[in-house]
This record gives sequence, structure tokens and C-alpha cells, in this order.
Amino acid sequence: MIGALIVRDARRSFTGAAWLPVAFFLLVATLIPFAIGPDARLLKLVGPGILWIAALTAALLPIERLIEPDRADGVLDQLALTGLAEESIALCKIIAHWLTFGPLLLIASVPAAALLAMDGSSLGRTEIALAIGTPGLASVAVAIAALTQGLPRAGALAGLLMLPLAVPLLIFAVANASLLEAATSLLLTAGAPFVAGAAIRGART
Amino acid sequence: MKALLRFQGVTLRRGGRVLFQDLNLDLAPGEALQIAGPNGSGKSSLIRLAAGLLEADVGKVERSVSALADDNVALDRELPLRAALGFWVNSPSDAIAALGLQQLEQVPVRLLSSGQVKRATLARVVASGSPLWLLDEPLNALDVGSADRLSRLMATHLDSGGSVLAASHQKLPGDWRRLELGP
Repeated sequence: MIGALIVRDARRSFTGAAWLPVAFFLLVATLIPFAIGPDARLLKLVGPGILWIAALTAALLPIERLIEPDRADGVLDQLALTGLAEESIALCKIIAHWLTFGPLLLIASVPAAALLAMDGSSLGRTEIALAIGTPGLASVAVAIAALTQGLPRAGALAGLLMLPLAVPLLIFAVANASLLEAATSLLLTAGAPFVAGAAIRGART
Repeated sequence: MKALLRFQGVTLRRGGRVLFQDLNLDLAPGEALQIAGPNGSGKSSLIRLAAGLLEADVGKVERSVSALADDNVALDRELPLRAALGFWVNSPSDAIAALGLQQLEQVPVRLLSSGQVKRATLARVVASGSPLWLLDEPLNALDVGSADRLSRLMATHLDSGGSVLAASHQKLPGDWRRLELGP
């Protein structure tokens, strides 16, 4: 059931919503040169930071569709009846979400870096930082999605809840402190299934 | 024989209101029990309690492996019916035929009528092979022919040692033990 659930979630995402964060990410990267002018030196300086801001905000977009549709349609109930623990369900959703979010973002970073006049080594460092950080971001997104399921205007609330949690990732990522970033990402990824699992159980009516 | 479902002194509160108190219930293999009562009397909550989706405030619920059909569809709407059911059960063919859905196997779930969707959720229960069926308002949206099909399937299930717990305010076809919940 676990494999089937990951495949199902990834399939549903790729046939629609997965492209939205990527498009948003590229759009932000396109807007920046217009906003601060075409000075290559300045763009290069702010580039990695801008990519991270774009990645963080892009990570907010899918939150509302991660858990809520499955709660409203009874999918979470039926999954529980198959004997799957809520924590396992959450873990599946985290894996499926990262698969449809992380790699696409890493690919989109290449054209985005070109728009921001970043050189190869700067792009390389940002790619590594994104590869380390996106599992943490995906996990937090699923946990927040579970905590806000069923609430009105969950999307706006999710943004307020998620961005502060992503601050440590952001700090370590742009400072090129890979080990600290990896530790933070690991902590978030390890904790999120338990938070999301408890939230799924608690939201049942 | 061991009961497939047992409630021992179960009390359930929802929204500060006691729905039922000190409820004892045994469902043996081959037994069918209908929970009846007016709207809001806790029929659906009792079904969800039996499914393990709610926790009792007091008392204990023991259950065997169960399958649930309620008003939630829980089928991927963009998929053809057969593929959508295939996510949940390994071989849905027999159940699809038993509920008269063969013609609709390749039709996406989002295009089905509410009665056809109801039959699909019942097909998932039938195909699950679970000994305990939990049905919440099984006759909702079903036409006469489909209700007949369902009652035949339930009779077969009971004969083979399964049990059915159904919540309905209507009269169900067949031989049912009844449990009335108060308002």
C-alpha cells in the first residue's frame, strides 16, 4: 500500500499542480532583474538569496492540496482502514510531495540562475543547498497542510506558520553551512511525519 | 464463536453532547445489525467508532478487519472506475460485475452519477474480502435494482460467516437485528 500511495500521489501531482510552484519560482526570478535593474554585479550578489526566497514562497503554493482533498473525500479514512498508520500515510505524502517538488525546482534553478547572472560555482552551491533543503521544506509543507486541514483560508494561515519554520534552513543555506543545513533538514524531515500523523488523527470527526 | 465486533460499555460524546452511553454490542459471524434512529442520533458516529476512526470516550471497542462504505467517495475522480477501485483492492472485477458496473469500468469516476458512485463504494467493500462490513446509509441514491443486488450480496456475505453493521433510517431488505438510538 505504501508504494501504491506514493505512486498515486506523485501521479496526481504531476498531472496538474506540480507545475505551479515551478512556474511561480521562475516568475519570481524573472521579476527581480526588472525590479532592481540589470546590474550584473548586483544581481550576482543577491542571486542565491533571491532563489531561496523564490523557493520558499513556491513551497507554499501546493500546501492546500497536499492533505485537505484526501480528508474531504474520505481517502484518509479508507487508508486508515487498510491498517496503515497515520504516520506512514504522512511519510508517503512527504516522499511523493518531494518527488514532485524538489527535482523540478533543482532543474528550474538553472534558467533562474541565468536570469540572475549567477556564475557556475554560485549556481552549484545553490543547487547543493536546495537539494539538501527541499526535503525539509517538503516535510514542513505536509505537516502544516495536515495541521491546517479543513480550516477556512488555510492557505494564508499555512504561509504564516511555515515561513518561520523555514528560517533556519534559509540562514544555513545562504551561508553555505551545508552540515548545519543538512542537520536542520533532517530534523524537520524526521519530525514531520509524527506531527502530520497526529494532526490527521486529531482532525477526524 | 468469536464476535467480529464488540462494544463494551461504550460512551461517545460529540460536541459536548452524549450520543450514547454505556452501549454494549456483539456482532457474531453471520449476523446483520441495523442501527436505526432519527437524524443526529449518532448512527454515523457509531459506524466510525466501529471502524476505528473515532475513539470512545469511555469503554472499549474490539473489531476484526473491516471495510467501510459511507457518503465519502474516496475514489480518484480523474481515473476510470476500474483503475480507481484497483488502488484499493487487488481484484475488483467480481465486485464490479456483482454491482452491475461492468459497462462503466472505463468511465472516469467524475462522470458517474451519485447512484453509480454509491455502487462503486459498495463494490470496494465487497471486493475487500473483509469479514466485517460497515455500511452508512447503504440505500442512499440506490435504485430498486441496485438495492436488490446489494441485499443478495449481503446475504451471501452473511452465509459465508461475515457480518454487516448498517446505519440507516430506512427499512433495509432482509433479516436484521435492530438497535434504536435515541434522539
